This record gives sequence, structure tokens and C-alpha cells, in this order.
Amino acid sequence: MKRLLALFPSVRAADRRLLREGRLSGPMPWVLAIMLFLTTLAAAGGLALSQAAREIGGDLANRATVQIVQADAAARERQAAATLEVLRRDPAVTSADRVGAAEMATLLEPWLGAQGTDDLPLPVLIDVGLARADAVPALAAGLRTVAPDAGIDDHRAALAPVSRLIGTLRWLALAIVLLMVGATGFVVVLAAASALDTHRGTIDVLHLLGATDIQVARLFQRRIALDALFAGLIGLGAGVAVLALLGRQLAGLGSELVGSVSLPFWSGGVLVALPLATTLLAAATARWTVVRALGRLL
Amino acid sequence: MGSIVRFENVGLRYGSDGGSDGETLSDLNFALAPGAFYFLTGASGAGKTSLLRLLYLAQRPTRGVIQLFDEDVVTVPRERLPGFRRRIGVVFQDFRLIPYLSVYDNVALPLRVAGVEERDLDAPVREMLAWVGLASRSDALPATLSGGEQQRVAIARAVIGRPEILVADEPTGNVDPEMAGRLLHLFDALNRLGTTIVVATHDIHLLSRVSNAQTLRLEAGRLSDPTGALRYPPRTGA
Repeated sequence: MKRLLALFPSVRAADRRLLREGRLSGPMPWVLAIMLFLTTLAAAGGLALSQAAREIGGDLANRATVQIVQADAAARERQAAATLEVLRRDPAVTSADRVGAAEMATLLEPWLGAQGTDDLPLPVLIDVGLARADAVPALAAGLRTVAPDAGIDDHRAALAPVSRLIGTLRWLALAIVLLMVGATGFVVVLAAASALDTHRGTIDVLHLLGATDIQVARLFQRRIALDALFAGLIGLGAGVAVLALLGRQLAGLGSELVGSVSLPFWSGGVLVALPLATTLLAAATARWTVVRALGRLL
Repeated sequence: MGSIVRFENVGLRYGSDGGSDGETLSDLNFALAPGAFYFLTGASGAGKTSLLRLLYLAQRPTRGVIQLFDEDVVTVPRERLPGFRRRIGVVFQDFRLIPYLSVYDNVALPLRVAGVEERDLDAPVREMLAWVGLASRSDALPATLSGGEQQRVAIARAVIGRPEILVADEPTGNVDPEMAGRLLHLFDALNRLGTTIVVATHDIHLLSRVSNAQTLRLEAGRLSDPTGALRYPPRTGA
């Protein structure tokens, strides 16, 4: 903690005047603000995709649908009853509920219209909740004897390509965040080198008056850390505004799959930590850059 | 009495520049006594500024030994150099005042570098400004001062930390004869308080204006000894 605090040194007011220029002056803070904005979006994207992956992996993957396709209504009902009995006895099944006629009509309405489906030989659908995602093959084998026309759809298998895509996007978001961290470091190195160059005359005088490298580095470190903090807050604010807008638009889509893309409650803490982490990174990088540059002087 | 500065076989070479032997300064052997007053003379390009840069630790020699305060500063670890620099006051030829700081802040700088608390800083800065006759200009920026006033600010900044050695590079080069006399009077007064003074100048008329001053003369990077300061144990100031 002591080392962490040392990255953000207190410098007395008189010494602050040694580096002229106000807050957010020069291009560096604005470049950092843009980078923080993009980092916020990438981090939020990664967090939302992680949340979506969890929901798909948890809620949807532990579900299956049994479908009995038989034109003869009596045979269909017989197999449905037998299937429900087998499923409800199986310890791997947590729930087995037949999709009702009204719900079926609602599901089919976009294709068949609202005239009713009473005369159609619709398949029986049974929504199955599973205790274990890998129970599907055993269930299918058990149903084959009592309901030869039953087929079972494993949601996990159906959603596997989506899961893979989400996983890839999640890694991509992490890679973008890490690249942004690296780029932030480079920007700070360039800014510190440029500031050193700008204030070369002052530094030479301080040096010859007996200032230590750390004394000089503190001035730059504090200045760059404060610039990074202001820039980070601007970037975060802009990022959060865009996320709020996107959230409203996503909610308006009404899609169950897209609706699973949401930020977990703790993500706010992660996003707020971004400008703070950037500030610490900037302070540490500035200190390292300045001390290294001064080390080349006598 | 021992020496406060001792150069032994010191040579300095800048890249491929230098005199006939390739060195800007060659075979410097001398000692300065604590509390003495020295003029360092020589024509332009003789190496006066280079010698002063070695003295105030802006430069390491290419060869030889430099002892300051009885320590070899050529081999001393770099981290210890700030401690030596705080014991040396420097008046640069071009003043090197920080243009956006007030006269007060420029003069206070060495004390702030040394970590003196703000509450302990005001009195010595005011006293120093009064000593150089600039008490009424404490809030002025250097650009609004005359050359002589800037020079006095530079002197105040150099001496406020009560250095053991004061090094001044052509301090009278940019001022009229009357102001030159006043500046030398300031140096002489400081010398009487015990500070060793080294003033580089190419103005031979200055040499007779400080009693007890000794002269080191540089010619093409080599030191001659017109007052015998190098051959005999150095004399202390009054």
C-alpha cells in the first residue's frame, strides 16, 4: 500500500508551479480519454458476454425438449403420457411439463395465423429440466421403448456454436483491454518524454541545485497521474453514456438470446476501477520514464 | 589548512574537440583553500566554463581525480551527487532563472529542493532579496527585470543555501562597470562569511578589485599560476 501511495505523491503548491501548464493541456489527456472510452466499451462488452455465457451455460444448457411426432392422435397421446411418466421418474430430470395447446397456438401463430390449430396433427412438446446437462443420451435411450416416435433436442448442443462465438468474443474483449493498457503505457512514456523535453531547462537547474531524480520525477508523476485521472473520468463517462444507450436499444429488441447480454451488478465496480487503474499505471510509467531519463545525466 | 577542492591530473575531452592534444582541459593540478577568493581567467575558449562545470558537478572529467570536501566525486555513486551539489552555489553565465517563476520563487528554489518547510522559508528568502537589493521586486517575473537585476536574483539563488563554495561564470559579463562593482562587493561580503568563491572572468580589470583574491589562469585548457596559488599552500580569505 505504501508503494502504491508513493506513485501518487503529494507535491507542495510551490513545487507544482515548476511544471507550468494547466490540467488537460496538450494531446496526451485527450488521447488517454479516447483510449479509456474504448477500453470501457471493450471491458463492458467482455463482461456482458461473460454474463451471457453464464446464462446460456446455466439456464439454457440444462434444458431439453422432447418432441413426439405421430399423426395418429391416440397413439400420440399414449406416447406422451408414457414419456411424461418415464421422465418424472428419472432422477436426472428436475421437471417435465407438456407445452399446453394455448401455448402451442401462440408459438405457431406467426406461421399458421390465428385461425386455430385444432384440426392439425401437431406434435407434442415436453419441456424438460435437467439436473445434469449430460443426461440427454440416457433419457433418449429410455424413451425409445415407451415412445418410439419421441425425439429429444439437447439445447446445449443446439447452442454450442453460439457459446463458442461468445467465448471468442469474450477473449477478444480481454485482448482489446490488454492492448489498450499497453497502448496507455506507451502514450504515457511518450508524454513523459515530451514533458521532459519541454521542461529541460528547469530540470537542468533543479538538477544542479541538488534535486534528486525522485524529486524531479515526483513533479512529472503527479502531473501525469492527475491528467490520466481526469482523462479517465471523461473516457469512463462517455463510455457509460454509450452503454446506457445501447442497453436501452437492446432491451427494445425483445429477443431472449440478445436479452441475455446484460452487465452483472458488480460490473460497475470494474468499470469505475478502469480510470483508477489507468491513473496508477500512468503514475508508475511516468516515474519509471523520468527516473530512467534522468539516470542518463550526471 | 586542507583544501576544499583538489584536482589531480584532470583532463576533459568533448568528443573529438579540444586543443592540440585533443583535450579541452589538460593536466589540471590545483587545490583551493576553504574561505579563499579565486578569479579564474583566460581568453574566450580557454576552458573556463568547462573547468567550472567540473567544479559544480555538471560534468565528469575524462581522466584524473577531483576531490570535493575530501571525497573523490569522480567515483562517488551518482545518487550521492545531489548532496554535494547542495553545498555548491552556482551563478550561471546566462543566469538560468526559471522564466515563469517569480523572483521570490526563483530564490526560494534551492531551499525547497533541500526540503525546507514553507514556514521556515520566507524569512531567509526576504533577507536574501534585501541583501541583493530586490526586496521590492519579489513578485516580478525575470523577464521584467534588467540584466543586472536578473544577475542579482541568480546570485541570491546561488547563495541562499549558504553554500561552502560559490562558483560564478562571467557574472559581470552582461552588466555595466558600476553594477559589476556592486556584484563583486556581494561576492566579497559572502567570502568574508567563509564561503570559497571562484569567479570566472575574462575581464582583467576585475582582478584588482577584490583584496586577497588569487588568480588561476587558463590557457588553451592548461592552468598557469600567476599568483602562485598552485605552488604554495593556498591562502585563506580574510
